[in-house]
Amino acid sequence: MIDLIMKDILGTPAILVGLFALIGLLVQRKNSGDIVSGTLKTVMGFVILGAGANVLVQSLGQFSSMFSEAFSVDGVIPNNEAIVALAQESFGTETAMIMLFGMVVNILLARFSPFKYIFLTGHHTMFMACLIAVILTTGGFSGAALVILGSIILGSLMVLSPAMLQPFTRKVTGSDDFAIGHFGSFGYFVSALVGKAVGKNSKSTEEIKVPKSLSFLRDTSVSVSLTMTILFFVVAGAAGPAFVEGQLSDGQNFLVFAFMQGLTFAAGVYIILAGVRMLLGEIVPAFKGIADKIVPHAKPALDCPAIFPFAGNAVIIGFFFSFIAGLVSMMFLPLLGLKVIVPGLVPHFFTGAAAGVFGNATGGRKGAIFGSMANGLIISFLPALLLPVLGSLGFQGTTFGDADFGVVGIILGNLIRIIESNGIVFAALLILLALLFFLGSRSKAKEKEQNPDVA
Amino acid sequence: MKKILVVCGNGLGSSMIVEMNVKAALNEMGKEGEVSHTDLTTAKTEQADIYLGSEDIVGSLEDGNKNVVKLKNLMDKNELREALEKHM
Repeated sequence: MIDLIMKDILGTPAILVGLFALIGLLVQRKNSGDIVSGTLKTVMGFVILGAGANVLVQSLGQFSSMFSEAFSVDGVIPNNEAIVALAQESFGTETAMIMLFGMVVNILLARFSPFKYIFLTGHHTMFMACLIAVILTTGGFSGAALVILGSIILGSLMVLSPAMLQPFTRKVTGSDDFAIGHFGSFGYFVSALVGKAVGKNSKSTEEIKVPKSLSFLRDTSVSVSLTMTILFFVVAGAAGPAFVEGQLSDGQNFLVFAFMQGLTFAAGVYIILAGVRMLLGEIVPAFKGIADKIVPHAKPALDCPAIFPFAGNAVIIGFFFSFIAGLVSMMFLPLLGLKVIVPGLVPHFFTGAAAGVFGNATGGRKGAIFGSMANGLIISFLPALLLPVLGSLGFQGTTFGDADFGVVGIILGNLIRIIESNGIVFAALLILLALLFFLGSRSKAKEKEQNPDVA
Repeated sequence: MKKILVVCGNGLGSSMIVEMNVKAALNEMGKEGEVSHTDLTTAKTEQADIYLGSEDIVGSLEDGNKNVVKLKNLMDKNELREALEKHM
């Protein structure tokens, strides 16, 4: 009986997240119809996520074979959805546990620390939980220690990341209504600093006329299909028809094969996104509902498109220059002995655009251009440096895309590698987080002295 | 019962937040509606009475018979409420 509960029920991640949703729905006193449908949908979302991973991994394998045949180096496509979906098979339970208790830690920190942020970008909460679970497990943590340490790290990041950006977010939005809760924030932070440094008297991007024809790329499915098809064509051409038709496609024309593989990848991403959407549909609103009851004056930390309306041109400019920096990085990565990170339109669009908006807020046009280029370099080099600490998961041909995943993963992974005893790792990480909170509170207090309106 | 579909590029982050805001606004107005969120590709084939999103995204949903509501600032609750009052 104990075995059934512990191993079969709680050890099945899909059922575990279903239980979280069920608890959330019960706490909110929803009616029985909502409870049944919400719980079932959450479990189904998790199953869909796994199905998408199966579709995607085949095409990822083909890409890797062609890429290494063509260029004699490994090429990696950073895609959060892909790596998280692949990781769920081995790390599903740990991810779900860290995600749930990370949310609890977020609420507690918002209640008792000066940072009143509630992190509402649910998919990023899940992705970060997954990254932490993978690195801690690879580093030899397990059981309660893994969940406790993991959720303290995750919950702290959920308030520290919006807090770090808030002075700049305020500059963008002109108010303190909401914060940005997105794990690409390190890139935006650097972009804002670069903007400050280079953008003396530079005019705002919003005084330029920018063609709106690029807005079709805002649709994730379209931009993934387009990038992946182009990438597969390029790589298949470089690997040569003889190799592709002889080794991979079973005689099918190499260009037709490339086209279909590119769209298979995109289909996999689409399925995973649909799964994630269903999975979070009940959990995030429940989290928000509970947080609003417990934390007075809670500030929502929202996904990065929340700031796009404040600088429409900076969005396009930021995406463009971030992507260019990603292409340039491709040349330099192998020279440093790192795997080649293939720039994707999606990570460069979302994070490049946000970096552009922040760069523009601190340094006008120059700030938007150089800030988003800095972001482009960051999301090329960090994913490459992250690969070695992901253990066996680092060999799947994909990795986490956004900046914070790289920063957190590299610091965490190397700490565990350098320090022998896990007890000391645990203590060191708690001290590090406490230090960050201390520094954050101090700079917040300073800001309040200069500007008493700051909430 | 009107169906409102909130749309964003990924169908994950911003549209979910706006969905919560729509539900809260409808509650305040004392109106009922079925509210959900999705990505742009899926929205093109999904039936709804009102499609809601930021200008640059939902603009491409307009085909002459869809009721598309374009918001200038997705996060502005007052703008959202005005739009809802006009269409509900």
